[in-house]
Amino acid sequence: MTETWTDAERELANRMRGADIISVRQFTAPDLGTLLQIVERFETVTSPVLQGKVLGALFFEPSTRTRLSFESAMVRLGGGCIGFADAGISSAAKGESLPDTIRIVESYCDIIVIRHPREGAGRAAADAAEKPVINGGDGSNQHPTQTLLDLYTIRRRMGTVAGLRVGFVGDLKYGRAAHSLIEALAMLGNELVLVSPESLRLPPRQREDLDALGGVWSETPDLASVVPGLDVLYVTRIQRERFGDPLDYERVKDVYQVDEATIAPSRDGLIVMHPLPRVLEIHPSVDASPKAAYFEQAANGVTVRKTLLSLLLGVTP
Amino acid sequence: MTADRRATRQQRVASLRHGTVVDHLSPGMALKALEMLGVPSEGAALLGIHLTSEKMGRKDILKLENVEISAEQIEKLALFGPNASVVFIRDYEVVRKVQVELPDRIHGVLRCRNPSCITNHDRVPTYFDVTQRAPTMVRCAHCERRMGEHEFELL
Repeated sequence: MTETWTDAERELANRMRGADIISVRQFTAPDLGTLLQIVERFETVTSPVLQGKVLGALFFEPSTRTRLSFESAMVRLGGGCIGFADAGISSAAKGESLPDTIRIVESYCDIIVIRHPREGAGRAAADAAEKPVINGGDGSNQHPTQTLLDLYTIRRRMGTVAGLRVGFVGDLKYGRAAHSLIEALAMLGNELVLVSPESLRLPPRQREDLDALGGVWSETPDLASVVPGLDVLYVTRIQRERFGDPLDYERVKDVYQVDEATIAPSRDGLIVMHPLPRVLEIHPSVDASPKAAYFEQAANGVTVRKTLLSLLLGVTP
Repeated sequence: MTADRRATRQQRVASLRHGTVVDHLSPGMALKALEMLGVPSEGAALLGIHLTSEKMGRKDILKLENVEISAEQIEKLALFGPNASVVFIRDYEVVRKVQVELPDRIHGVLRCRNPSCITNHDRVPTYFDVTQRAPTMVRCAHCERRMGEHEFELL
């Protein structure tokens, strides 16, 4: 952290002190650009700037990457973590309301990250808490820290996010990682190509939002026809747990499988991304390709979360 | 207004001695407005639905006998007609007329239509941000789902 921060970076850092991160909607396009610059600065930060600070990690729904990368980010900056990874062991199982749980937990910690199956739980937690709250995923609504790490991965690999044509394939109906990123990219003016089976198309409300943002987007069920024109291919898992009827899941679970042949006709610089975990949608043979960026994405998650924890706690190196 | 048109209007919606008239509600919204305000305990409620209107083409109107609605209720009425006006009547005379104004944020009143929204499962009060006026669109501040005025459900 030798170079001086720009005025825009300082200004954003000041605004984020004590704030919550609930939705990508809270950022403007210039803010997103500035935030990614700040994340880059945190690549090299290893000093224990968060020593004595405690993260309350409330995971009412299973998570590996999000939870562990938040904990890792906190520990790497010298802080500690408390929390639970299963709603069954929290007081919610005894009927405690979410605002009550939050009020109790915030007296034990300095910042909270919450993952919850209900949409809007992040906002409800932020409204109940005095301390900063980060939404770690609320139902099929938002997953803003995933979006930031996705944007950061694109920027790191491609040098920029601006002007890239980004394809999304898989579950665009329920996938919150895709929803958040689609919205952010529309805000940034990127062209979007949405590939999904009929039953998993982007829901009407997100389409309206895309149009309201002035987004440039097209839609097709045919992945092969769009691959050659893409700079980024963002693959999502078709999530069994979001289907009411198992038969509906069986019908679409392996509609798309990205393998070496799928990406062979792509541009040289294409990157393949995935929020992980993957099941069948990316063949392991793609892992060795220089186009694969999904493991790097997971690694970038720690840097992004280190940045966010520090900014919200008002500690900048 | 011509005598003929005045006569037509009088035939459709009887005049009040004391009470409140809510005019220029969006067409089809009078029932929801009545549901929100509540049926008068000591007086009549008169509803006009899909009446012709010079200003709006079609409009709804609501008359509540022996009721004076509150400032808070007036603010909420804007959800059912961004151009609505509220007229207070005493002894057949208009004593006050208020133009409703839709605030940027609506607390309470509406239920979020998203069955997965936290507000439908936990003790979390609803609030909505107004994203568009005439026709009104709101966005749940919690789950971010948007709703148009014809999707409004009262709490």
